[in-house]
Amino acid sequence: MQFSEQWLRSWVNPSLSSEQLSYLLTMAGLEVEDTVPAAPAFSGVVVAEVKEVAPHPNADRLRVTKVDAGTGELIQIVCGAPNVAVGLKVPCALPGAELPGDFKIKPTKMRGEASNGMLCSGRELGVPDDVDGLLVLPADAPVGTSIRDYLSLDDTLFTLKITPNRADCLSMRGIAREVAALTGEALKPVAISPVKPAHDETVAVRIDAQDGCGRYVGRKITGINAAAKTPDWMKQRLERAGLRAISAVVDITNYILLEQGQPMHAFNADAIQGGIHVRQARAGEQLLCLNDKTVTLDADFMVIADDSGALAIAGIMGGQPSSVDTATQNIFLESAFFAPEAIAGRARKLGFGSDSSYRYERGVDYQLQHAAIERATRLVLDICGGSAGPVKETTGKLPAAHGVRVRTERVNRVLGIQLHAEGIATILRRLGLDFTALPDGFAVDVPSFRFDLAIEEDLIEEIARVHGYDAIGADVPRSGQRMLPLPEERRPREDLRLRVAARDYQEIISYAFVDEAWERDLAGNADPVRLINPIAAQMSVMRSTLFGGLINTLAGNLNRKQPRVRLFEIARVFKKQGDDVAQPEKLAMLAWGTRQPEQWGAKTERVDFFDLKGDVEALLHPHQASFRKATHPALHPGRCAEIVVDGQAVGVIGELHPQWVQAYDLPNAPVLAEIDLAVLTRTERITARTVSKFQAVRRDLALLVDDSVEVGALLQTFADASSPIVQQVALFDVYRGAGVEAGKKSLAFGIQLQDPAKTLTDEEIENAVGQLLIAVSERHGAQLRL
Amino acid sequence: MKNVNDILESGLAAVAATADLIELEQVKARFLGKSGELTELLKQLGQLPAEERKAAGATINAAKQTFEARHNERRDALNAEKLARQLQADALDVTLPGRGGATGGLHPVTLTLQRITELFASIGFAVADGPEIENDFHNFQALNIPENHPARAMQDTFYVEGGDVLRTHTSPIQVRYMLNNQPPIKIVAPGRVFRVDSDATHSPMFHQMEGLWVDEGVSFADLKAVMIDFLRRFFERDDLQVRFRPSFFPFTEPSAEVDVLGERGWLEVGGCGMVHPNVLKNVGIDPEKYTGFAFGIGIDRFAMLRYGVNDLRLFFENDLNFLKQFN
Repeated sequence: MQFSEQWLRSWVNPSLSSEQLSYLLTMAGLEVEDTVPAAPAFSGVVVAEVKEVAPHPNADRLRVTKVDAGTGELIQIVCGAPNVAVGLKVPCALPGAELPGDFKIKPTKMRGEASNGMLCSGRELGVPDDVDGLLVLPADAPVGTSIRDYLSLDDTLFTLKITPNRADCLSMRGIAREVAALTGEALKPVAISPVKPAHDETVAVRIDAQDGCGRYVGRKITGINAAAKTPDWMKQRLERAGLRAISAVVDITNYILLEQGQPMHAFNADAIQGGIHVRQARAGEQLLCLNDKTVTLDADFMVIADDSGALAIAGIMGGQPSSVDTATQNIFLESAFFAPEAIAGRARKLGFGSDSSYRYERGVDYQLQHAAIERATRLVLDICGGSAGPVKETTGKLPAAHGVRVRTERVNRVLGIQLHAEGIATILRRLGLDFTALPDGFAVDVPSFRFDLAIEEDLIEEIARVHGYDAIGADVPRSGQRMLPLPEERRPREDLRLRVAARDYQEIISYAFVDEAWERDLAGNADPVRLINPIAAQMSVMRSTLFGGLINTLAGNLNRKQPRVRLFEIARVFKKQGDDVAQPEKLAMLAWGTRQPEQWGAKTERVDFFDLKGDVEALLHPHQASFRKATHPALHPGRCAEIVVDGQAVGVIGELHPQWVQAYDLPNAPVLAEIDLAVLTRTERITARTVSKFQAVRRDLALLVDDSVEVGALLQTFADASSPIVQQVALFDVYRGAGVEAGKKSLAFGIQLQDPAKTLTDEEIENAVGQLLIAVSERHGAQLRL
Repeated sequence: MKNVNDILESGLAAVAATADLIELEQVKARFLGKSGELTELLKQLGQLPAEERKAAGATINAAKQTFEARHNERRDALNAEKLARQLQADALDVTLPGRGGATGGLHPVTLTLQRITELFASIGFAVADGPEIENDFHNFQALNIPENHPARAMQDTFYVEGGDVLRTHTSPIQVRYMLNNQPPIKIVAPGRVFRVDSDATHSPMFHQMEGLWVDEGVSFADLKAVMIDFLRRFFERDDLQVRFRPSFFPFTEPSAEVDVLGERGWLEVGGCGMVHPNVLKNVGIDPEKYTGFAFGIGIDRFAMLRYGVNDLRLFFENDLNFLKQFN
C-alpha cells in the first residue's frame, strides 16, 4: 500500500519526522518497505506568469521573455521551450535557485541577451509530465508562490507491506487510526454528513446470496457530467498512491477505496434492466470485464446481476456493458459488504484481481457502507454535478458483533512480562477497543473493522505491539534442561558427510525437480512424480535418482575445464508407490578423471569401478556389503552391480552407460553409486569379544579357475566351508597370462588361522586349509596352482 | 725385541691407511691372524731364555693391545664414515609435494546448517525431519492456513499431480513432530523447501530451519532470548543489534520478524512467534496448559551473510571453483 505522507498528516499529525514515523510504523507491524520523496530536492523556484515573448535577435530557437515572478518587477529570461507563450503560468527558477543535479541558477547572458533565471520543464524539476517544454500550471496559480508549496512537493511516498491480517490498514482512515493509537495523537477524520435526496429514484435490490453479501447500499445519481475533470488535489493523491487518474467517476470510487477502505462501484444506471440481484453466478454465465477479459463463471462466484444477467463479479470487477463512460448521465453507486469467505481465492481462480478483491478477501469494515456512499455522493455532486436519490440499504447476513476475553495472567504468561491490569486497560483504550473489566481480565468488543481479533492470543499480540516488542525482556531462558538422547546405533549424518568428503568427494546441492528426460534415461522411470506448475520445462518432474544432478554438475564443471571431478549429494528422491510417494534419502557419488590428483609420485591412472567400490565398502563399514551383477538404466551392463547388505539391495554402483556418455557429451565415463542413506546412518553398538593370545598362522592358496568364476562366489564358498579357526580369507592377487592357460585365471588367497584357546598344530592347519580346497574344487572346479 | 716396535709401528701405519672395513680386517689378519707378525713373535717367545721371556711377553702383549685399540678406533671411524655416506645418499628433497589423494568438502549451505544445528543442540534442541512432498493438511491446514486464506498467496506453491504440494516451508515438520510427541518438545528441523520463484535472491529450491519449543511456561521473552543468543553466537558478535517487529504468520500469534543491524541497515533474518493455539489444538496439545514458540530462518541467507556470498544462485550452480573455497 502506497500513500502520500501529507495526506496521512491531514488525518493525524504526530510530531515525528518522516524517519521517526517510518520507524514507528515498522515497529508496530506495518512494515515500511520504502520511502521516496515526491520530488528531488531543489529551491528557489516560484510560480511566474509570462508577460512578454519576443524573438531572440541572435538565435532562431530562443525567445526573450519577460515574466512576473512576484518580485515586483518583470524579469528578462531567455527561453528555448517550444510552448512558451504570453499568459502562461510556469515554474521559474530565480537567480540563486538550486535545481536537481546540483544545477545553480545565476544571472547570465545567452547569445548576447541578459537572462536572469530559468523557466522550467517538469523534467528539470524531477516531476516529469507528458508535455514537451515548460511545465504549464493552472491559470489560477498564484504568482510568486514557491512551486514546492504550490505542487505539494515536500511530500514523501510511503510504501507499506501490510500483512494479510491487517486489512483495516488498507486505507488512509485505517493507517491514521493506527498512528493515532500508537502515538496518542488526536485523529482528525474527514467530516461526512448525509446528502439529502433531491429525488426519489431508486434501483430495487434483492440479495439472494445472503451469506456472501451482508449489506448492499445503493444510490442513484442522475444528470451528472461524467466528462468533468478530476480535481488536481484528488489526482495528486491518487497518483501518489500509485493509481492513475482515469475519469471523474472512476477516480472518485478509487479515492473512496483509498481514503475510507470501502471498495465502491459505479454502474451506468441506464444499463441496468429491472433490479439488482446479488446472487451466485450460474454455471457457464459469461461476463466481459472492465479489463477486457471475458470470463466464464460458476456457482463459486457471486455476481451483481440485473434481470437480464451478470453486470459485475461481486467484489472483484465490474463488467464492460454497464460501465460508466464520459457520456454517462445517470449512475448507480454500490457500497457493499461482501464476506471474505465469498471472495477469497476467487481472484486467483480467475487469474486476475483488483484493489477491491484484495480488500474484500481480507475483510472490509462492515459498518462503513453508509458513510462511504455519503462521502462518494458528496464528491460526485461537487465534481460532476447531478442530483442524488435516496440511499437504499438491503442486508443479508452480517458478521455478528463479538467479544474476546483476555486474561491478565495469560498475557503475562505468554509474553513473559509483568503488566498490571491498568497497563493493559490503557493499551486497549489507545487501540480504540471498548471493553468491560472482569475479575481476571477484560471482555473486549471487537470493532467492525478488525477481522483479525478472534481469540485471546490476537489481543495478546495487540497488547504486545503497543507495549512494544522491544520492551519485552530477553533473559536467559528458564532451565529445565535435559540431555538429548544419543543412540549409538545411529551414525550422525554429519559424520557420514565428513567421511565422504575425507575420501575426496565434494558435496553439491542440486534441484529436486529435473528434466523428464533424465528420469527416463537415468532411472528408466516413465511415470515420475510430475509437477503441475513447474517453473521451467526442464524442471518438471521430481527425481527418483540423484544421478542426473551429479552428471549435470560433472558436465558443467568439465565445461569450466576442471581436470578431475568427484562429487556427492545427500538428498531425498521421489518414487510413486501406489497412491503414495516414497521419499527415501540417498547418498550418491560420482568420480571422474584420474584416481589421484596429477602428481609426481604416482602413475596417472583413470578412476575405475573398483576405486569407487572401495569407497563404498569403506563408507558402509561395519556393514559387510556384497555386490551382485545387475543392470541399471544409467549404467554399463557389464560394469554394474547391486549393493547388498543383510540380503537387502541397498544401492547400485557402476560405470555410466556409453550411450549416456555420448548423449550427455562427456569425454569418457564417470563411475557412479547411489546408496540408501538409512543403511549408511545405521550401525551397531559394539560388544567386545575375547582376543586370542595364541599365534595366528597364515597359509597362502594359489588357485586356477575358469575365467567365468566370480571371486565373490569363491569367497562365499570359503566362508561356508570355513572351520572355526579360519579367521579371514583375503584375495591378494589376480593373474592371467604366461604360465596360465587361456580362459583361466590364477587367484591367490591369504588365509589367517587362529584358535582362541591354544596354539594350532600343523595337522589342524592342514585339515582346515584342505577343507577349503576341497570345497572350492568341488563347487568351482578350482585347482591348486603348483 | 726391538723388532716388536718396528712391527707395531708398521702395523699402526697400515691401520691408519686403510680405506674401508675389508682392508682393515686384512691388516688385522696380517698382524694378529694365525700367522700374523705379532702372533709369530708370540710363538717365538718359547725360544727366549726364561728370564727374558716374561718381559718380552709383556712387551708383545702391550703392542698387541695398542694395535687392537687403534684397530677398533679405525673400525668405528670407518663405520661412521660409511653411515654418513649412506645418510647423505638417502637424503630427500623434503619440499617435494606429498603423495596421495586430495580431500573433498562440504557445501557451504551444509556447513551453515550444521553450525546452526550444533548451536541449538547445545541448549537441548533435537533434530527432526520430514518429507518434502507434503499434503495440504501438514503444509497448510494444520498450520491454520485454510483453503483460500490470503496467506496462501504469500507462498507460491508447487503442486504435484494428485494435489500434494512441495512443502513451502519446514513448518509441516513441527506439525508431524507434535502429532507424535507430547511436550516438552524442543526441536529444530532443517530441510529443503520449494516456492515458485527464481531470481538473484530467490531460488525455487532453498533451505529453511524450523525451531519449536513447547512446554509449560515458554514465553515470548524466552523466544527473544533464544533468538538473540543464537544470532550473536552464529555471527560471533556479542554486540549484534537484534530487533523484533510485529508481523503476521497464520501459525503464530503474536508473530514477529527478526532483523539484525548490518552495515547497510536492518536486515530481515527470520520469522517467529508464539505457536498459535489453533495449531496446538490441531495436533492435540492443550494450549491452556502449554505454550510454545516457533521460528523459521533461511539457511541459504545465513550462509550468504556468513560467507559474503552475494548471489543465491551460486549455491545451486555447483561450480567446483566456488565450492572448494569452503573446504
